[in-house]
Amino acid sequence: MRKNSTFMGDCNETLRELEQFLDHELSDETREVIHAHLGGCDDCLEAFDFHAELKMVIAAKCRNDEVPPELLARIRQCFGEDAAGS
Amino acid sequence: MADRAEFAAEAMQYAGQLYSAALRMTRNRADAEDLVQETYLRAYRSFNTFDEGTNLRAWLFRILTNTFINSYRAKQRRPVEDELGDIEDLYMYKRLGNLDASRSAEDTLFEMFTDDEVKQALEELPENFRLPVLLADVEDFSYKEIAEMMDIPIGTVMSRLHRGRKAMQKKLTDFATERGLISRSADAEEQHIHG
Repeated sequence: MRKNSTFMGDCNETLRELEQFLDHELSDETREVIHAHLGGCDDCLEAFDFHAELKMVIAAKCRNDEVPPELLARIRQCFGEDAAGS
Repeated sequence: MADRAEFAAEAMQYAGQLYSAALRMTRNRADAEDLVQETYLRAYRSFNTFDEGTNLRAWLFRILTNTFINSYRAKQRRPVEDELGDIEDLYMYKRLGNLDASRSAEDTLFEMFTDDEVKQALEELPENFRLPVLLADVEDFSYKEIAEMMDIPIGTVMSRLHRGRKAMQKKLTDFATERGLISRSADAEEQHIHG
């Protein structure tokens, strides 16, 4: 266990909140506590930065598929046909 | 939204996001195209139940997720409740975090992995873990929205996210190891990590 536990909360507690912090699911109050800890703890800050970057990389690389033009045509067609039939 | 034509135009702007998500869900192009088309058809037919002023994107993703779970899951012949092996917390960070610190400016996590590797790491997750990771990490939905889309409790969303992310990170670490970015015998215990 690291010895830099302070009033700002210790490392293990901070790391437990890593996912919820990056997912913006924490209360403002808890976010403040984490922020304060990260301001004084390079090790935790590094871990948070790594996962924040990873999350962005995953998002960027998993949503860049080119939509086949024929799919767009199919969607427009089903809009059109349905409208015509109703 | 005044009429169906206006609704259709608004909804069309999400075709790209829905198609990418459908590809990650079904893992093949033909099913993904059918799934997206089905989603639009259902949305279009029930657009009068859409609450104007609420989030159209979330509503479309809810229909997409629902349609996938109800129509395509059966086709995939996978057990509904797959399990994942036990992976330690911070698995990837303990192995790649150091590399991260010593890397050159252009050697970012973004450049470390190809698009296909990241897609594969996600698509290999069992479905009940893949959907929460996809909806949270790629599509940026809240735990509450994901819980509603998948019709599972928020606590279940959180635990599946946690375990799904670890499994995905393990896979990405394997890719980095295969490429020789980190040594196979790298002893994570010796790298300075909390706890």
